[in-house]
Amino acid sequence: MAGLQREVDPEYLFWEAPRRQVFITGSEAVAEAVKRANVDMAIAYPITPQSESMHLVGDLYAQGYLRDYYRGENEFAVMAAVHGASLGGGRVFTATSGPGTLRAMEMFPVWTGSRQPIVCAFMCRGVSLPPSIQPENIEMAMLLDVGMLMFHAEDAQDFFDMILKAYAIAEQPDVHLPVGVFVDGFFVTHTRSMVALPPDDLKLPAYDPRRAPVPTFDMETPPIRMVRDPLLNKSNFISYAANASWHQEIAAAAERARKHIRRYMGGLLEVDDPAATIFLAASGTAVSQSREAIKVLKAGGIRVGLIKIKSIRPFPAREIAAATAHADLIVVPEFNIGGWLAREIKASIDNNRRVVGGPRVFGGMTMPTELIVNEVRSALDRSGTKQPGSGARI
Amino acid sequence: MSIKIITPVAEFAELLPQEYKDLVAHGPYNERRFVRDLGTFKEIVDEHPHCAGCGVALAIRLLAAALPSPADTLIVGTPGCSFFALIQTALNYSNTAFGNQNAVATGLKRMLEIRFPHVHKDVVVVAGDGGIADIGLDLTLHSWFRREKITTVMLDNEVYANTGGQESGMSRQGQVLNMAPRGKHFPKIPVFELAKVSGCVYGVRVTVASPHKVGRAIRNAILIARELGPTYVQVYTPCPTNMKFPPNQTLKVAKEAEKDHYSYEEFMSAEAAEYLVQSKAESKEM
Repeated sequence: MAGLQREVDPEYLFWEAPRRQVFITGSEAVAEAVKRANVDMAIAYPITPQSESMHLVGDLYAQGYLRDYYRGENEFAVMAAVHGASLGGGRVFTATSGPGTLRAMEMFPVWTGSRQPIVCAFMCRGVSLPPSIQPENIEMAMLLDVGMLMFHAEDAQDFFDMILKAYAIAEQPDVHLPVGVFVDGFFVTHTRSMVALPPDDLKLPAYDPRRAPVPTFDMETPPIRMVRDPLLNKSNFISYAANASWHQEIAAAAERARKHIRRYMGGLLEVDDPAATIFLAASGTAVSQSREAIKVLKAGGIRVGLIKIKSIRPFPAREIAAATAHADLIVVPEFNIGGWLAREIKASIDNNRRVVGGPRVFGGMTMPTELIVNEVRSALDRSGTKQPGSGARI
Repeated sequence: MSIKIITPVAEFAELLPQEYKDLVAHGPYNERRFVRDLGTFKEIVDEHPHCAGCGVALAIRLLAAALPSPADTLIVGTPGCSFFALIQTALNYSNTAFGNQNAVATGLKRMLEIRFPHVHKDVVVVAGDGGIADIGLDLTLHSWFRREKITTVMLDNEVYANTGGQESGMSRQGQVLNMAPRGKHFPKIPVFELAKVSGCVYGVRVTVASPHKVGRAIRNAILIARELGPTYVQVYTPCPTNMKFPPNQTLKVAKEAEKDHYSYEEFMSAEAAEYLVQSKAESKEM
């Protein structure tokens, strides 16, 4: 129970505490992370496929693990209330999906502009008409430039670890920015897999608002004329400068997060078989599909490495450039129609004609391994690269 | 909470701005002040960039003078004319996004109750008619439905003033305004009536022509919200710029509104009435 939980160093909780394997859904992994995150308050609004996770977070509140929890009236209100709660100097959590993300869109730049270490889980899904509740991560493209840090989880284990570690990264005084932890809905949230969990009687140290780089909004130091938000008045050069410098500060804070991401998450990306000259580069569940495709390609004699991108913001541009310096081909499979990850990679490396953006699936379709295999082989055919097995279709 | 926690060391005291020194020595933090004392103390807001004759600026001045505990008051607002004075207050003020002020205040109030369980932190929403009755009506009503212990103050100038005089839901029927070129087609949104049935335990409708009533309403609303639930004060704040009357006629316009469509009204629950009687008795004993 909550009262019996003991605060431990993040490092101990993340790496040293014994872990036991459990067979749980991604939604349950969210609750397990929140249980250990010493969250003060969570606010929820239902939307598929996020709802189950916030039900479970509500159960945690009923059991005493959180000090407050309620259902807001819509996602914009929830993100606003989370904003208010964070202004008040506590640790908060919420989650949403697809249309909820877009309904709440105005609040995400407000979180970043306020330098608030809110952690929000995004269970991505389709957003357009005709309606779809199915997996798709095009909403991530719409969040790339709101200023928050963005981590993309491959599976339930990633989801658990990234949510928990997101607090440790977000609350660093030199960062103090919101973190979105993303998964492809249903594929992760509604499937069971083995997840290694540390004991549930351990939790992160409480949030300490005195370490925040911006004043907590609790009126502890009157009299003070303190506007929490930079105000952009018309025809006022000082206001322009204040606002512009604040944007720069937020961008710089995101850059400063890199060292903490490396420390807590083992890097912004992972590379399998770095000596390969053909790579699949992916994030989220496209990584898992890429792993399967690589097995097929290797069986056919084609050596393919894997670049798993964990941090979308900040984007590991230098790391990708280094990992692909000697690569002839980089294929980027994605669960969205726009190909935002391929664009990011193309913008990060020289000779970006080496990048093939595809295959892409959307509207909730799965990504058969064959699609990826065929994309690699087609690209090799087009480039005239001689590889064992190239040209053959499966 | 005490201002002693930020009392500067003697060596630096003289380096502080005069305004700061005045606020510490003559502000409303140590000694209880009220609307009747205006002019005799350093005010929480004493400068603002509003238009001449602005009703909103006057209402904010009255509000600031009526706060029962300014050192523990946090104001949440929304973009619009109201923030021009609110950003000049010697209080913590958060502007946030369009129309979300009651949701922000909800989260803020709840977190402050977690962090300061033994201190009354007064969270007060101060926003215009557009922010509360139009873009934020959903969030306003839901904070009342949930019985959040916050005070909501609507500065009702019956128009979107900051964006240039467009029709708002609180504009009067028939009024010709930007975006209502043939006159507004429907009556003022009955937010005051909605407050009664949506969970508010205390509410007042008043104009800036009655400053003492404004002050008393604000103070009662904040005190009652601490213990019993949501409270609402709707203040008529006429806008000379967009309604095209001379700036020196603001109070006259407000007085006419009192006689016409903006009569003083107050409602309170039985518990709120009992609480006010009890509070007055306790303050007399002290």
